[in-house]
Amino acid sequence: MRRDAQAVILLLVGGGMLRLAWTGDYLDYVKPYAFWLIVPAGILLVAVAAITGVQAWHDKHADDDDGHGHGDPKVAWLLLAPVVGMLLVAPDALGSYEAERTGTVVGAEEGRSNYPELPDDVDPVPLTLLDYAARAIFDEGRTLEGHRIQLRGFILYDGDEPQLARMVVSCCAADARPVKIGFDWASTSGGAAGDLEPDQWVEVVGEYSPRQGRDEINGELVPYIEVESITPIDAPDNEYQ
Amino acid sequence: MRGVRTFKRWRAREAVTRPPPSMPHNEGVSADLASSETPAPPAPKRRRGLSSLEALALILVFGLTARPGLTDLFAAPAAQAWAARFVAVCVQAFPFLVLGVALSAAIAAFVPADFFHRAVPKRTALAVPVAGVAGAVLPACECASVPVAGALVRRGVAPAAAFTFMLASPAINPIVVISTFVAFPGNPQMVAARVCASLLAAVTIGWLWARLGKTEWLRLPRHRHHDDGKWAAFWAAIRHDFLHAGGYLVIGAAIAASLNTLVPETWLAPIADDPVLGVLALAVLAVLVSICSESDAFVAASLTQFSPTAKLAFMVVGPFIDVKLAAMQAGTFGRGFAARFAPAAFIAAVAAAVLMGAVWL
Repeated sequence: MRRDAQAVILLLVGGGMLRLAWTGDYLDYVKPYAFWLIVPAGILLVAVAAITGVQAWHDKHADDDDGHGHGDPKVAWLLLAPVVGMLLVAPDALGSYEAERTGTVVGAEEGRSNYPELPDDVDPVPLTLLDYAARAIFDEGRTLEGHRIQLRGFILYDGDEPQLARMVVSCCAADARPVKIGFDWASTSGGAAGDLEPDQWVEVVGEYSPRQGRDEINGELVPYIEVESITPIDAPDNEYQ
Repeated sequence: MRGVRTFKRWRAREAVTRPPPSMPHNEGVSADLASSETPAPPAPKRRRGLSSLEALALILVFGLTARPGLTDLFAAPAAQAWAARFVAVCVQAFPFLVLGVALSAAIAAFVPADFFHRAVPKRTALAVPVAGVAGAVLPACECASVPVAGALVRRGVAPAAAFTFMLASPAINPIVVISTFVAFPGNPQMVAARVCASLLAAVTIGWLWARLGKTEWLRLPRHRHHDDGKWAAFWAAIRHDFLHAGGYLVIGAAIAASLNTLVPETWLAPIADDPVLGVLALAVLAVLVSICSESDAFVAASLTQFSPTAKLAFMVVGPFIDVKLAAMQAGTFGRGFAARFAPAAFIAAVAAAVLMGAVWL
C-alpha cells in the first residue's frame, strides 16, 4: 500500500471517530466517558495522517513506494470496514431484538447493601430500571412502597406479553445486556398493551407491585410495576444505562 | 528545512554503491534509484496496474454510491445488531490501540537502546517476575499492551519478560483492580484472587517461554530504519503499527461481534450448576466475547448462575487471551507464535484461577 493511501485510511478512521464524537452518535456504541478517549485518539490519528500525507508529498520523487514490500501492511485495508460501519451503515443502538434474546441482568446488583430512602417531595420519583429492579427483588420493595415511580425504557415482547427494558452496558455495546420489568395491569384495564410497538420508548408511571416473574432465558427474577400510565416518548440520546 | 533534509537523504542514497540497473528481485529499490537518478517521467512505474490510492478512491466512490444499498443490506435486526457490536468493539478499542501504539513508538524512538539492559535484571528467571509487577503501572487494557510488548522485544528485552508484562499489565493495573472492587461490593477476596491468579499465570507463562520458547517462532514485522531523526521514526512507527495492529483488531472485532450475535445465551444456563463445566464455560465465554479488561468484572458479576471460581476464571482468562487479542498477537508476533501462545495462556489462566479460587473463595 502506498503511503498516500495509508494517509487516507488513517484520516478516515480518525475522522470517523471524531465525527461520532461530534454528532453524539458514539453513545450508541460506548459509554459516555469514552468521549475523552475517542477525541484525543481521533485527533492523533488525523495528525499522523497529515504528517504522512505531507511526507508522501515531499518524497514523491525520492521514493514512490514505502517499505519495499516489507511490512507495508496489506491488512490495513480491513480498517475500511469500521469506517464503512461508522460513516455509511451507522447502525442504531441495540434494542428489543437483542433484549429478547438475552437474559435480564439484574443479578449484578445483588451484593448492594443499602437502598437509600426515596425522596418524599418528588412525585413521581424517577428511577433507573436497574435501581427499581434491585430494590424490588433484593429489598422486597421496602423503599418503593408509598411512592409513585417513573421509569423510562423501550418496549419488548416476551411472547405476547409486553415488557419494559433498557440495555445496561459495562464497556461497549458488545456487552450490552437488558434489564427487564413486567407490567402489572391491575389498576388499569390493560387495553393499552395492544398499542405498544417493540422498540418504542415509553415513560411509565406506576407503583411497586409485589408480583414477580422469571426470565426464561437465564432464570433470573423479573419484577413488575403496577401501571398507572404509559406515555410514548422520544428515544434519549444515551439509550444505554 | 524539510526540503533540505529530503535532499540530503536523496544525495546520500545516490552515494550508496549502485546496484545494476535492473535487479529482478529488488524491483522497488531499483525503481526508486532509477527515478532519483534520471528526471524521466514517473509514468512507467504507474502502469503496473491499479495503484493503492486509485483503488482506495474507487472503493470510496463505490461506498458512497452504494450507501442506500448498504442501509438496506443492514436493515435486518440481526445485521443491525452485528454492525452495532462490530462498530462498538472498534470504537472502544481504537483509542487504547492508539495509546499503545504511541507508547511503543515512543519506546522505539526515544528510549535509548541500553536503557532496558540496565533496567531489566540480567537473569531471565528474575526479570520475569519483575516484569509482571511492572505491568501494574500501565493503566490500559489489552489492546495497548500488545504493541508495547512488541516494542520491548525489539528493544532487546528478553521475550519471556515482555510476554509476562503483556499479560500482567491489562490484568492487574489499578483501573482493573478498582473496577473489580466496585463490581463485587463487599467481596475483596475476589479482587485478591484476581490479582494473585493473573500474576501467577503471567509469571508462569514467562518462565515457560524462557524454558521452552524458541525465538524462531517470533516474526516481528520489521521497522524501517529512519535516518530523518527521532520524530520521523516516531511518526512512522505510529502509522505502521496502527495500520498493522488495527487491521488485525478489525478481524478480531468481526469474530467477536459474530459470536456475540449468533451464539444464544441459553446454552449457558444448563451447565452453570456443574462446577467443572461452569468454570470451562465461562473461560471459553471470555475468549469469545473479547471484553476490555477494565470492565469485564461487571459482566462477570452479572453471570449470577455461576460459581465464584467460574467468574474468577472469566476475569483471569479474558485479559490473557480472546479472539481479538489472538488476532493482534498473530499480527504483532507472527502466526506460529500465536498458535502456541494462545493455548498455553488459556491453560495457565484457567489453572491459576482454579487454584486461587480454592485458596480465596
